[in-house]
Amino acid sequence: MNKRKFCLVAVIALIALNFFALVLSAQEASTSPATPSDSRWFDTNRFNVFITLAIVFGAILWFIGRAKKGKSLFVRRIAGLDAIEEAVGRATEMGKSVLYIPGIHDMNDIQTVASMIILGNVAKTIARYDIPLIVPIRMPFVVPVAEEAVRQGYSSAGRLDAFVKDNIRFISDEQFAYAAAVSGIMLRERPAANLLLGSFYAESLLLAETGASTGAIQVAGTANIHQLPFFIVACDYTLIGEELFAASAYLSREPKLLGSLKGSDLAKAVIVLAIILGTILETAGVKWFTKLFIVQ
Amino acid sequence: MGIISFLYKDNPWYKFCEALFVGISAGYWLCTVFWSQLVAKLWDNVFATTAGQPRQYVYLVGGILGLMMLLRLVPKIGWFSRWPLAFVVGGTAGAYIVGYALSNGMKQVKSTILPLWVSGNLYATVGNIILVVGTFCGLVYFFFSKEHKGTYGRIAKLGIFFLMITFGASFGYTVMARMSLLIGRMDFLFGTWLGLIK
Repeated sequence: MNKRKFCLVAVIALIALNFFALVLSAQEASTSPATPSDSRWFDTNRFNVFITLAIVFGAILWFIGRAKKGKSLFVRRIAGLDAIEEAVGRATEMGKSVLYIPGIHDMNDIQTVASMIILGNVAKTIARYDIPLIVPIRMPFVVPVAEEAVRQGYSSAGRLDAFVKDNIRFISDEQFAYAAAVSGIMLRERPAANLLLGSFYAESLLLAETGASTGAIQVAGTANIHQLPFFIVACDYTLIGEELFAASAYLSREPKLLGSLKGSDLAKAVIVLAIILGTILETAGVKWFTKLFIVQ
Repeated sequence: MGIISFLYKDNPWYKFCEALFVGISAGYWLCTVFWSQLVAKLWDNVFATTAGQPRQYVYLVGGILGLMMLLRLVPKIGWFSRWPLAFVVGGTAGAYIVGYALSNGMKQVKSTILPLWVSGNLYATVGNIILVVGTFCGLVYFFFSKEHKGTYGRIAKLGIFFLMITFGASFGYTVMARMSLLIGRMDFLFGTWLGLIK
């Protein structure tokens, strides 16, 4: 049985197992007192949310279809990407390592997913220059994904032999233990470039400030609004909010990511139009349009 | 004190505290996850239910996915570990999408649609204009399908000004909160613990 057939069988087995587990649980629960539940499939109070999501997803799917057909989708160059290349170039000149910090959240955070895509591209560039790439990780789930992304990057550059698995390091689940250990790496291994791209919280300034004190060129990016000010003051360049996602789409040129980016751009255009129209109507004393956006 | 000594420079005391912190946290989380997930969720709900409590076999699915994650230790069938990852990423995206659409979309748009003229209230009028113009310019900055050139570029630049002012305010606020944390720790060390501050 080849891998594809096996996957198909395993998916069906998992769904069946899930179904039987639910049936068995329901049978056991039937002996215990019934609890009242809401049997509705649709919450009609949220019809406006359904319409909004349908428009956004429709746009994304349409753009993905266009990208898959090979149609050119324009995305403007993001200045932060030049900064990443510059940082890697500087590390090469100095013969030092690059430290890539993918944030502290798990794989269920879209920022970590975007960060892994950028990591793959950074690894590809670094593999060509033959300098070490260190990736300290907080969440165990992120480790295999990061390994895969870096391995893929080295493989694309034809330098799989240079891939060092031990440089993808699980540090600790604990936020500040992780911050302390990464600060230690910055001081002891003295990377020439620190790339902090992903989801960051209270440790953002600790890391960025330590990195700045070592003289490393730093490029950061996060969609966590409250951490952006720290990166802006302590790093050489910062990808602000959605620029992080746009960077991953721009670098990978993956149709699904490009389609999502273009679809979200269309959604933004619709939002801008809605705000303009709504503001004009509100100023004129017309209220019905604003009520369309009320969610219960 | 060992961690704070890092402010001077990297030193053996800091290294010791760092290693201790990382090691203890690893052990702590292993125990926490074992008791709060494996025992409390899987074992207690499937195998060791109390009298009258129905067995919840659905937790077995989570257990199997967890086992699949461990299969990456066997290189030949390591690709199995991609499945639980796909499950987590896909499941979370699906579960959160409506919440995000509500909080980051609908409610934000609703809060931005404001009258640009509030009769007899100049403060509210100016506030509303700043909010609407700031949101508009900010959205223009994050539009990636068009180059930032000409009038469009100037609007995007105004958007980044609004963002920077917001970040500045946020920075000041957080720095004050961190100072308050530092004062609290110093008070504990020199007051409560050492008794040097009365």
